[in-house]
Amino acid sequence: MCGIVGLFLKDKALEPKLGELLTSMLITMTDRGPDSAGIAIYGGEISEHTKMTVQSDAPDAAFQGLDKTLTKALGVQVNMTVLSTHAILEIPQGETEAARAAIDRLDRGIRVMSQGASLEIFKEVGLPRDVAARFNISEMSGTHGVGHTRMATESAVTTMGAHPFNTGGDQCLVHNGSLSNHNSLRRQLRRDGVHIETENDTEVGAAYLTWRMQNGASLGEALEGALKDLDGFFTFVVGTKDGFGVVRDPIACKPAVMAETDQYVAFGSEYRALVDLPGIEQARVWEPEPATVYFWSHDDAPTNFGEAPLHANN
Amino acid sequence: MRTIDLSDVGLRETNQQLHAQASDTNQTKWDIINPRGAHAIACGLDAPIEVTVKGSTGYYCGGMNQQASIHIEGSAGPGTGENIMSGKIVIDGDASQYLGATGHGGLIVVKGNASSRCGISMKGVNIVVAGNIGHMAAFMGQSGNIIVCGDAGDALGDSCYEARFFVRGTVKSLGTDCTEKEMRPEHLILLQGLLDQAGIDADPSEFTRYGSARTLYNFDVDNAGAY
Repeated sequence: MCGIVGLFLKDKALEPKLGELLTSMLITMTDRGPDSAGIAIYGGEISEHTKMTVQSDAPDAAFQGLDKTLTKALGVQVNMTVLSTHAILEIPQGETEAARAAIDRLDRGIRVMSQGASLEIFKEVGLPRDVAARFNISEMSGTHGVGHTRMATESAVTTMGAHPFNTGGDQCLVHNGSLSNHNSLRRQLRRDGVHIETENDTEVGAAYLTWRMQNGASLGEALEGALKDLDGFFTFVVGTKDGFGVVRDPIACKPAVMAETDQYVAFGSEYRALVDLPGIEQARVWEPEPATVYFWSHDDAPTNFGEAPLHANN
Repeated sequence: MRTIDLSDVGLRETNQQLHAQASDTNQTKWDIINPRGAHAIACGLDAPIEVTVKGSTGYYCGGMNQQASIHIEGSAGPGTGENIMSGKIVIDGDASQYLGATGHGGLIVVKGNASSRCGISMKGVNIVVAGNIGHMAAFMGQSGNIIVCGDAGDALGDSCYEARFFVRGTVKSLGTDCTEKEMRPEHLILLQGLLDQAGIDADPSEFTRYGSARTLYNFDVDNAGAY
């Protein structure tokens, strides 16, 4: 089943409340996905730094002195904030590849969840309420974010099987549905040198988008390609540095409700997820059309989104 | 009139109070406040009562309805009016997917748009939509009528039996074995009657009728490719 929530703020006054609003939306979607939960939050940029979210099942040992070790290995200052099983590393721009290599060499079982100027991803196994509390999501501020509650159908209930998936710098994907050609597509992508970690279907969807964009497609073109190349059911919400996008498969049996006011654009798998948003009674509420790419952006020229035929709703 | 605060008493208590009404009840008017998109509101009613839901609803509102009139003052989630037997459901906003699925009778009125699979496997229900409907409407529809004052999406009436479809605007595509049909005087009368019942002012002569070409009724080996 799975539940998706998303919130894109137009009104800066709401930014300090982003985490609180998203947490409430996420918890309402517990019925749709009690296995695990995750949230991607766009918390703002740190000048000339890239944020890397890393995770470990044994965080005490894994994160012990990690910032000092990386600072020494890279020869530049790396700052770290630990939040439960996750840590945010602030790495000077241009040093992320070296940092990834250094983390791999350490062999502490540390996994990279996301990387980008603004994006942080937090996801774990457990009830959405507990996952949100573990990372203090409700205290977080930001410009936009997406969340996911998982009811697993295609692969194991693990941290790495939880959503959102990082698809590239500052980009993430959450999915409600099931892909039926993920095994053949995984083999094909692996042959093309794409790293895919798990047997999860959504990770293949995320890897597909990353692969298309690495080969020159814009995000819009990659999403249009997904409509052609992915077989199965999906409602996708993608997050980017400056906005979020929505696309549903042509059959569109996975639910989706959107609401827009002067203050925000919100996404929910069900209307229930939206009822606590301010001014929801006056919002324009509608259901996104099947096989149609929607996108909202803080930027008039959205990053990496290109000229694909879109519903421009910014 | 009685008012039930759904967020206060909960769904089970709300529906039990409505189920407790006999066919000769004096308590005929009910308001349900704070629905907050909850599922299965006013399901399984079987009394001539009028229920007004003050806001938007989730899955399956008014499912299996008999006799009751349900008015949703908002938008309705998936499966609203599923398997409706009789009575009436009016939705002020939009309706999500599979509205009135398998419905045997009664009337559903949507003042906004209805989404995909509206009237799927309908067996006698009448559905009147002031706006547009999505794809795969009335798939395998057996009986009843869908009236669309706007446009219809892809694959209208795929594999339908004797259900009728009246569309004022465009049809994106017709489903397998669904075809345009002549509008005869009895159809204009039927259409006018249903528009009147729905309280929608539209001229029946502006609609086009669609229905089954009846080529899939019996298995024919030459049709094997169509399955």
